[in-house]
Amino acid sequence: MKGQLLDSVKVMLGREVRKPERFSGKARQIHQLKRLNKAEFEAAKEHARAHGLRGNKWRNRRWAALIAANLLFVVSFWLDIQILEGALTASRFVGFHMIDLNSALQVMLAHKHILVNLVIGTATIFLLWLLLGGRTFCSWVCPYHLVAELAEKLHLKLAEKKIVTGHEFHRGSRTVFWLLFSLMTWVTGYTVFETVSPTGILSRALIYGPGLALGWILVLLLFEVFYSRRAWCRYVCPIGLTYGAVGILSPVRVYYRLEHCFHEGDCRKVCLVPHVLDAVIKGRSPEAEMPIGPDCTRCGLCVDVCPSGALRYDIKGLSKLL
Amino acid sequence: MGEADKSVPEQAAGAPAKKPPLSQARRQAARRRFIRSALLATGVIGFSLLGYLPVVYAKRPRLRPPGALDEKDFLASCIKCGQCVQVCPVRAIRLADLDEGFGVGVPYIDAREQACDFSCDAVQCVLACPTGALVYRKPVFMPVREGARLAKPPILRAKEKDPEPTLEIRERMGVAKLVRPEACLAMQGKGFKGQARGADFKGRMRYMDVDRWKPIPVREHPYNVDLCDLCVRECPIQGAISLEPAEPGAGSSRMTPVVHEPCVGCGVCEMICPVEPTAIAVEERAVW
Repeated sequence: MKGQLLDSVKVMLGREVRKPERFSGKARQIHQLKRLNKAEFEAAKEHARAHGLRGNKWRNRRWAALIAANLLFVVSFWLDIQILEGALTASRFVGFHMIDLNSALQVMLAHKHILVNLVIGTATIFLLWLLLGGRTFCSWVCPYHLVAELAEKLHLKLAEKKIVTGHEFHRGSRTVFWLLFSLMTWVTGYTVFETVSPTGILSRALIYGPGLALGWILVLLLFEVFYSRRAWCRYVCPIGLTYGAVGILSPVRVYYRLEHCFHEGDCRKVCLVPHVLDAVIKGRSPEAEMPIGPDCTRCGLCVDVCPSGALRYDIKGLSKLL
Repeated sequence: MGEADKSVPEQAAGAPAKKPPLSQARRQAARRRFIRSALLATGVIGFSLLGYLPVVYAKRPRLRPPGALDEKDFLASCIKCGQCVQVCPVRAIRLADLDEGFGVGVPYIDAREQACDFSCDAVQCVLACPTGALVYRKPVFMPVREGARLAKPPILRAKEKDPEPTLEIRERMGVAKLVRPEACLAMQGKGFKGQARGADFKGRMRYMDVDRWKPIPVREHPYNVDLCDLCVRECPIQGAISLEPAEPGAGSSRMTPVVHEPCVGCGVCEMICPVEPTAIAVEERAVW
């Protein structure tokens, strides 16, 4: 298990996914059974196809949460109810400081001076997302995630009609970006990433009104629609990597159960980060049951799309109790 | 070697991948992907460094909110959250756009449109700032530019009778300057009657004789003065500006506004000046 965690961290940083070298006894048994009883397996698969529960439950909940969080920022200012003041980079929730980890990192690197409020707010947010799943921030809060999801739908539609073709980048680019932005911030003394961060730009545009900066968002979306699916979130955004690191130890995750899986791959098709779902490929899962990697944004699209319930949300320790 | 034998592109994830692709083709694909990634990195990093341009060309020096660190430190430490914008009772603070490069999302004040009149009394924006980009007192290791520090804590005229009449800030935002003396009404010995900035002006100000805690639109507070002294009359800081005779000798009614050392550079004089364009303006980050 420990080796697997380390492995999943390396995959998050950009290494290619490798076929596992060792399988647990139980996993091996299930893999074998699926191969031996092929007819039975196919029948069960058809059954699951026909009767499986699919829907948009988690997507709808997530969109509602994302819109609600951003709306709370907006109304706190516009109606002056002061519940959630500030923007996504830094805010105050009924008086408590909350500071985005990546923005805090940038300010500390640029300014080279750390304030108590900054530490308090950063620690609060760290604990919050440690509890909630790290990259949960991306899919459940970040406003760019939502618009990028809509652009992604368009991209897939155009790709289906062969109007556009998708291009992939090296997943390690994001790690390089993370390092480069940190380095540039340290060297120049400016919060360089903030000038291009769609998260900050969109959050501020929603709260304080639109501006030229939205042009950059448009450029990014066009790039994603016509050239590379979800390019910013997949290959660039250092915020995602920062929160991914938080998610390594988080108890909230999507959990995979090999026994229920028919290896149809629908989950991988909808996933923002399909490398975390490598285990669902036939014969790949090293464990009978396992959480999927820290790079997972816990968006739940795979949970929604899986016809046989092989992927589910899980809270470490809690789910067993329930 | 470690390559996955079924790592088909996601668009074709469901399709059978029986024939393993040629390794040469794969190597070429990997090379192309690497070049693409390098171009992506160049593009994004290049664009983010365009933020330097406005800095290099020193485009648009901005009046920063009270208590702001020196420009470079200010840009570095501001987390671009806008909490200062939210607490300001007159909405004097705005956030800069992308054309200001590294200043994107950083607060500034357009004094002519809406100056900071300290109607919050406690300099709320400083209290709201989570990162210390706006501070009452700079950390000791930060240099203070000569003449930026105020000789004495500024006394807020609105609080004159309070037990603690001073503002907490220690450094000025800038200094007011009579930039177009020829346009100044007092210099011409003229009075002023009516709305200081016209009927369409949206700026607001706190008038102590109206309501201490509720700023009102300037257009709702018309003036009628024999000799224009709006900048002196509305200056929120004690002893920062006064009207002095424009020329020696009695008999002349021509006066000139004279700015004194306590000026913090808040820009109220610039906002209220009734001539177009303004005769008096704040020089951002100027020192005494």
